Order: sequence, then C-alpha cells, then structure tokens
Amino acid sequence: MFKKLTLAALTALGVSGALASGAHAAGGEAHVEDYAFSFEGPFGSYDQMQLQRGLKIFTEVCASCHGLKYVPIRDLGALGYNEDQLFAYAEQFDVFDQELNDGDGDFRPARPADNFPAVTSAAAPDLSMMAKARAGFHGPYGLGINQFFKGIGGAEYIASLMAGYHEAPECAPEDFPGYYNTVFTVGGYPEECKNEEGAHTVPGSWIAMPPPLAGDDVEFDDGHSASLHHEAADVAAFLMWTAEPKMNQRKEAGFIGVFFLLILSVLLYLVNKRIWAPIKRKH
Amino acid sequence: MAGIPHDHYEPKTGAEKWVHSRLPIIGLLYDTIMIPTPKNLNWMWIWGIILTFCLVLQIATGVVLVMHYTPHVDLAFASVEHIMRNVNGGHFIRYLHANGASLFFVAVYMHIFRGLYYGSYKAPREITWIIGMLIYLAMMGTAFMGYVLPWGQMSFWGATVITGLFGAIPGIGESIQTWLLGGPAVDNATLNRFFSLHYLLPFVIAALVAVHIWAFHTTGNNNPTGVEVRRGSKAEAQKDTVPFWPYYVIKDLFALAVILAVFFAVVGFMPNYLGHPDNYIEANPLATPAHIVPEWYFLPFYAILRAFTSEVWVVQIASAVTGGIIDAKFFGVLAMFGAIVAMALAPWLDTSRVRSGKYRPSFKWWFWLLVIDFMALMWLGAMPAEEPYASFSLIAAAYWFAYFLVILPLLGVFEKPLPRPATIEEDFDAHYPPKSTTPAE
Repeated sequence: MFKKLTLAALTALGVSGALASGAHAAGGEAHVEDYAFSFEGPFGSYDQMQLQRGLKIFTEVCASCHGLKYVPIRDLGALGYNEDQLFAYAEQFDVFDQELNDGDGDFRPARPADNFPAVTSAAAPDLSMMAKARAGFHGPYGLGINQFFKGIGGAEYIASLMAGYHEAPECAPEDFPGYYNTVFTVGGYPEECKNEEGAHTVPGSWIAMPPPLAGDDVEFDDGHSASLHHEAADVAAFLMWTAEPKMNQRKEAGFIGVFFLLILSVLLYLVNKRIWAPIKRKH
Repeated sequence: MAGIPHDHYEPKTGAEKWVHSRLPIIGLLYDTIMIPTPKNLNWMWIWGIILTFCLVLQIATGVVLVMHYTPHVDLAFASVEHIMRNVNGGHFIRYLHANGASLFFVAVYMHIFRGLYYGSYKAPREITWIIGMLIYLAMMGTAFMGYVLPWGQMSFWGATVITGLFGAIPGIGESIQTWLLGGPAVDNATLNRFFSLHYLLPFVIAALVAVHIWAFHTTGNNNPTGVEVRRGSKAEAQKDTVPFWPYYVIKDLFALAVILAVFFAVVGFMPNYLGHPDNYIEANPLATPAHIVPEWYFLPFYAILRAFTSEVWVVQIASAVTGGIIDAKFFGVLAMFGAIVAMALAPWLDTSRVRSGKYRPSFKWWFWLLVIDFMALMWLGAMPAEEPYASFSLIAAAYWFAYFLVILPLLGVFEKPLPRPATIEEDFDAHYPPKSTTPAE
C-alpha cells in the first residue's frame, strides 16, 4: 500500500511539475540541442575551466552590450581566481559611486565587492538570470516529461541560440529587420513566410541581436578550441553559473538531506514495526 | 467533553498538582497526544502530520526569508537575488520555502481525496470538513500572495489576472478590485499588502488547524471501515483503538521521513522544476508573457474558470435570464468558487448512510473518475485556451459539479452497499488474526 502511495505522490509531483512548466509548449517550438553539460543531474557540478572560458567570452564579447547586475564580482572566486586576479579583473569596469565627489557621486574602477555593472546602452537584457529565465525543453503534450529527464534546459537554449543563426530563408524579404535565428521564436516574422492558414513555414524568427559569436572570437591561453559550438557551450555554462552560483552547494546539501533522511526512515521503519508487532500479534 | 473513553491525566507530584489546578495545560497536551485512535488506520491517514509539518516548515523558513526580503517594487526582485547569492544558506532556505508550498498542496490534495473516499466528511464530522475547507482556501490565498512577492513576470501577471476575477463581479467588481490592489493596477501598494497578508494568513491557518484537530478529537478519527469506535466503556473502546502515542506518532514520523527524502531530492536536484522560468525575469507592466499560467496547484480550478466561455449554452441562458448581468467572465468566477463550495457541501449532498467507499460498489467508480477528472483539469489548466482543450475543460468541469450535485445525492438512494464489519476490532482481526486458536504454553 505504501509503495503505491509513494508512487502516487511521485506521479502527482511529476505530473504537476510537468504541467506547471509545460505551458510554453504551445506555439512555435524550436529545436534546442541537448548539450551534455557537466552540471546536469544530481551528481553534476560546474567545470571550473569551462566557466573560466565562458567568463572570457562574456567579458570580451557579451559585456559590451549585456550586464550582469545581480552578480557580485567577488563571486568569481568560485571560478578559481585569487584575490589579486579578482581586483585586476574588476578594474576594467567603471561603476558609479554615490559617496565620491562630496556626495555628488562619480565613476570609479570597480572592486570585487561591486556587482558587475548594469549595461543599458544597447537595450539588451541583463544576463544574470537568463539561464533560469528560459526553458530549453518542453512537452510532450504539456506534460514536461522532457524537462524531468533533460532538465529545464536554459543553458541548452542559450547555447543553441548562439549557434542558431542561419542565412535567412528565401521567402523572407531582403530588408526584413533583424537576423534569422532558428532557435529564437518570439522575434519578428515576415508575412511572406506564412502559409494560407497563417502558420509559420520556417522555424525560428528574426532576432534584433547580430550574431555575437562566429568561432575563434577569443583565444584561450591553454589553446582550447574556440569553435562556434565550443564557445556557445562555454558561455552558456558560464551564464548557468551566474544564474545559479550555489548549485554545487545546493546539490551537496540535497545529498546530505536525502542520506540522513533515508537512514532515519530505516530506523523509524524498524521502530514502527517493533512497536506494532504486539498489536498485530506478530510475536 | 464527549470523547472516546480513555485514561485522563492525573497530576501526581505536588508541582504538577500546583500547575494543574491553575492551568491544566499538561493535561490538555497529554489527552491530545494519548487520544484513542482506531487501530486499523492505513497509510492514507499520514497526511495530517505531513500537513502540520509543512505549516511549521513554511513558517520557519518564511521567518528567515522575511529578514532579508524587501517588499518594494524596485527592490523586491533584487532582494530575492540577494537571498540567493549573499545570505548564508539563503538559496536553500528559499528553495525549501518555494517547494514547501508544493509539498503542502500535494499533501492537502491527498488528505482531501482520502476524506472524500472514506466519507470522512459525513456526520458527525461536518464541522471538521468545513474547517478543513477553510484551511484549504486560506492556503490558496497564502500561496497566491507568496508567489507575488518575488516580483517576477509571473508574479505580476498572475496577480493581475487573479485580482481581475474580482473585477468581473457586476456593478461593484471594479471597486472591489481597486480596493484589493490599493490602486487602479498591481503596484507597490499591492505588493505591500500581499506581503503583510502572506505573513498573517499562516497564523490564521495555524488557528484553524487547532480547531480542526479539536473537532476531530471530539468526534474521533474516521477509519477505513467508516465504522465508529465503540464508546460504551473504556474496555470496549480499547478493543478498537490504540493511543496516538507511540503507535501513530512513530508511524507518521516514518512516513514523514520517507516523504522528506523525496522532498530534499526535489529541492537539492531540481528546485525549479515546479516553477516557471518567466519568474526569473523582473516584473514588467509593459511586457505581457506569452502564456500566463498559475502554479500547478491552482490549475484544476483555473481550468474550471476558463471552461465557461460565452459559447457555452448554460452561460448563454444565465446571461439571458439575468439580462446580461452574469456574463461569461463572471460565470467562470462563480464556477471556480462554486466548485469548491460544492465540495464543501459534500456532507449534505451525499445521501448514503454508508460512510466508507470501501463498501460502496458503484461509488468507487465515480470516485476514481473524480480523481482522474481532477488530474485532467490540472493538465487542461496549463493548456492554451483553444480547441480541443476548451471542450475537454468543459466536460471535465461538468463532471466535477455532476459528482457532487447529482451523483452523490442519487447514489445513496440507488446503490446497494456491501456488508460492513460490525466493529473496528472485527476488521482488524480479519487482517491480523488472533492466535487464540494455538494452545497456550
């Protein structure tokens, strides 16, 4: 009976979660590639080298338009940098400090205690939580089973988007604004590329952001490949970290909790069995 | 108090007598924890303790979160990120709190459907049932307002949609909505009052829980047979019951430990699975999300709300009869609240004299159909408002009402129940036969 109930509870949890997250399934579904990230699954953790590569790509490419305003620079210590390196890294950003200039405020070079600056000039979204604000996998039928097995897929979505730029299809007018991306579904879409029922005939839509990566945009000190696919995965992993910096600690706490609760369960099971034995006449 | 006869607390030492004659609190705790409980309860009777634990968990984690949270439209979203990044253990406490709400609702739905199957709502437990429904409503209010606090996109738009329901009330609706929101739209005033009420309501729930326990400790627990504990004498009652401590305390704690192991796996390994990605985007009154979806535990009633569109004939009749006062939107709101009212009225709608579904051959089928119906509504609530989901929603919503308003009243008249055991002892002995047949040593 209890097994049945546990199963029922698990199913309820699974189905309900699936439902909560499945709503996105409606509308144009783009193909998001399932990257094998090191941080997936209960045992997965961040690959520090990958995060360092991602930081380099973010700093040299993304940071010109995008901010990370919720992320303190000192948190980069988790990527393996020492204090001197953090100070040296922080210096490249200018932050506004209200206390300078007799309270009128002024810009000064950032310190590790500061957050990454918010970048508003390009009207580009802040990327601090982008990897949690997008879902890579849905369905089927709004049941979210894919998310149960593959994860929410925010990092996969970002990596796929980076590598999702293609030449615009022939149906589109040449002067249609934006850049054709097969993964981005909420951008502009030309009428010419719809059929009689108004359905889309090509995947994706037109995004305002020009292709940020083309491959070999950065050079890694250890000679690691900077192909488009690698760069996309590295920067996506870095953004997963900025969105969920405490993931390693969280999983550790989860394991400790599950481990001790299972031991407690066994002990309580035995106690329960023993105290009920005389009532159930099992002696 | 007319409870099941059992031993009451007797102060023994001088100090105990001194306290007892002034405030009989030890006696109250003793009688509560030693309450005679039917000895045949199955594993569906664990959810009460799980729910009590959830309330404590939510209050404990919530009290810590409040220390670091800022209820202001410009600061709320950032303060939640502050909790996630800078507060010691803050990320885990917040995920416990967010997923704790889901555990709370998993448990409450199990608890409610257990009551529906075993007829726990029937006389003399109507007040326990009604108090339970009030707890459920308070839980929904608390959870809804709690979801608004992180001030993400789904917080903001969820609040806009749900408070908009009150705007559908004819005539006074708009005034009520403005009063609820503290202004013409969801804004800082709304966030502040939701924060205040989100902190207040759990204590209202705690008080209701105390009354809930008081009520069923007066009537005694229901049990899988639905046969009452014999109360003629203490000796007779003891044949049907065991004291709550230690028998059910240990059993419930075992179940709690197993469920918490699953819960910690969810919190540790997939804390955002039950959430919505859009809520990691700060609220923006100028950008509506593509799909506004409530949390999973609201979906069944959200589906009922959306099921009654202006194309449904009952809605058209209602509109014609009332001269358009009841339009489709208001009808949907009435249906949503009506669905819960119908469930709350189950003690008076169910005409069967047999309490437990175990001995009701036809009832069983209708009951499990209701469970499937509930799951279907949950699924449909998350689907877009288009065909074929709209038609499915209407059918599923219709069954929900039919179950309570038609099937329960009629079944009691037409159904031929199976024979029931005369006593709980008889049922228990059937499972665990006495060894009296074997010769004594």
